[in-house]
Amino acid sequence: MLRIEKVEITLGRFRLAADMTLEQGRKYAVIGPSGAGKSTLLGALGGFVPRTAGRLTWQGQDITRAAPGARPMTMLFQDNNLFPHLSVTQNVGLGINPDMRLSTADRSRVAQALERVGLSAHADKRPGALSGGQQSRAALARVLVQARPLVLLDEPFAALGPALRNEMLDLVQDLVAETGAALIMVTHAPDDVRRIADEVIFVAGGVAAAPQPAAALMDSPPPELRDYLG
Amino acid sequence: MAQRADPVTRIAGIAAAGLTVAVVLAACVGIVSRAEPGGFGPGDGAAIRFTAMQALLSAGFSVVLAVPLARALARRQFFGHGLLVMLLGVPFILPVIVAVIGLLAVFGRNGLLNSVLGAIGLPELSIYGLHGVVLAHVFFNLPLATRLLLQGWQTIPAERFRLVAQLDLSPRAVARTLEWPLLRQIVPGAFALIFVICLTSFAVALTLGGGPRATTIELAIYQTFRYDFDLTRAALLSLVQLVVAGSAALVALWFIPSVGIGGGLDRVPQRWDTRGGVQRWCDVVLILLGAAFLLVPLGAVVLRGVAGLPLMPVSVWQAAGASLGVAVLSIVVLLLLALPMAGWIAGRASGGVEAIGLFGLSASPLMIGTGWFILLNPVVDPVALALPVTALVNALMALPFALRILVPRLRDTLCEYGRLSAALQIRGWSLWRWVILPRLRPQVGFAAGLTGALSIGDLGVIALFADPDRATLPLQMYRLMGSYQMQAAAGAAVLLLMMALGVFWICDRGGRWHAAD
Repeated sequence: MLRIEKVEITLGRFRLAADMTLEQGRKYAVIGPSGAGKSTLLGALGGFVPRTAGRLTWQGQDITRAAPGARPMTMLFQDNNLFPHLSVTQNVGLGINPDMRLSTADRSRVAQALERVGLSAHADKRPGALSGGQQSRAALARVLVQARPLVLLDEPFAALGPALRNEMLDLVQDLVAETGAALIMVTHAPDDVRRIADEVIFVAGGVAAAPQPAAALMDSPPPELRDYLG
Repeated sequence: MAQRADPVTRIAGIAAAGLTVAVVLAACVGIVSRAEPGGFGPGDGAAIRFTAMQALLSAGFSVVLAVPLARALARRQFFGHGLLVMLLGVPFILPVIVAVIGLLAVFGRNGLLNSVLGAIGLPELSIYGLHGVVLAHVFFNLPLATRLLLQGWQTIPAERFRLVAQLDLSPRAVARTLEWPLLRQIVPGAFALIFVICLTSFAVALTLGGGPRATTIELAIYQTFRYDFDLTRAALLSLVQLVVAGSAALVALWFIPSVGIGGGLDRVPQRWDTRGGVQRWCDVVLILLGAAFLLVPLGAVVLRGVAGLPLMPVSVWQAAGASLGVAVLSIVVLLLLALPMAGWIAGRASGGVEAIGLFGLSASPLMIGTGWFILLNPVVDPVALALPVTALVNALMALPFALRILVPRLRDTLCEYGRLSAALQIRGWSLWRWVILPRLRPQVGFAAGLTGALSIGDLGVIALFADPDRATLPLQMYRLMGSYQMQAAAGAAVLLLMMALGVFWICDRGGRWHAAD
């Protein structure tokens, strides 16, 4: 489990406080108004946004100061999840070894991951030659080979159409179910919350609230959330 | 969110920057160890005055002439426009001595201009002296200034010109509302850049200047060194050069525009405000004159040189081989210095460290050469190190340009992919191998091509160090000219021209070939 202990983030005049525990194998939706700090929260978990106070522990181990790549999580950003000058296979291979020194076993793992997301036929292409949905699949194949216990999604599918987005979310759901990872995803769509999330982290007014069961929360939202949902 | 450079890159970058500073500082130490106050010769005051005077005139003429030419190019679309704008970039990598041969063929004693003047009974003009030096500098820098101004014109959005046409503003009003603010922004920077470049001019002064009334400081260092072997005075002159050029470069640093030597300047936005009649004819004449000024000397080089190719002695081919070796070595040195430095600079929030790159430019080649000669002389025979020292100095001279080419793209790459690289733990060599170098290939190729071309055409330090057995191609050409073998020299000029352009083309193409977007 991931403990977020009294973490505070200060960026200029912006402040965000968070204190919560995230369990393995659960799916969390992070929702809240624009600019409230959803991406910032994920960035802080991933080690990209410096925090001013508090600490992070994973299975009791302090990871507050760990480098982004050394944390037990893999993260997909809003854009630039793939290197455009590398082939799909190379992009996925980087998830196993950042020096790209891959054993035969590693190579077959990459091939299996591509097979799993349905990209075997496009393994040697560069991302530029793929459609938006295929690019998302390639990034998910890398998430699969990385096999980290936490998967953080910062709206990587925001640019896709609704049908394609649902397809990707279903795929993500299947993948985390297979690997047993926890999923923490930022979203704007209440439908996504109902579709996927077990619990909701509501970010507003400088506070990321501790997770609450999704179904109950969405059925009878507190006033702040009701304002946001409209 | 900008990412910091990873620790390995930072350390390598700091080491490269330290090495650059150390090379220049060591040269300074060498100079100071020999310089004694009061060691000036009689002509040295004149050399200082001449240096400043010719640089002022060269920068002034280049910029003043570039304004109408750039304006004409910015508002007229015609067949060959793109080609002409591309050719304006050639003088930047053109070996100085090749241009001098071309200018001699047009403006020299037996040149085109004088035969025309002679035919209509007018007295002969001499190219040697102040006006020759300024003419050659304008030949090199008028195209540079024109390109800088053209860049500025392209920053004016097409909507402005639409508005101008809509309001039916007169050309005077266009000049006042659009062009004057633009010129005020760009002209000081272009002037400062050209002034600094001309301050350290050596090869032009060597070939077209000379004598007590047309000697630059750089040339005076060479003459003191070569003919009098007066190291004390050479050191003192180097110190003067360092102070003059260094302080000018520091001042100019605040104005100098980013040097865009790349493409993209050939498109002309649609204009609705251009007029026919007199304005049109003026533009046509200006463009024709500008093109002729650039192309006739180049054409003359090729014309005379092809005839001279069979007359070249074997020494020319040997020198060509040496030049190629120097160029390759200086490209390697440049990349070893520039890439880590660019990585370090791009990872920092402010680009102030880029100034270290300018260090090499403000310290003149002959000043560095003199300093290192003094340091090396007691230990080894400096002549034996002539070629490696030349390669090193050439790399230092190209460093500021290389950094300006590499840093912006590297900064973008770290901005876009730094987070992803960090998340995947791609660091150090892997980061360069898999992320930075593939993204930067076109820029690396361009920087390498520029360095190679500048190095192949450089006639500077090598003239200080070389003995009769060791020469680069430009030096060998100069020797041929000195012994009045003008035909053979013209042949060597063609060879040199082809080599400089060839090296540039190969590197630039190699970088862009199959490059990812």
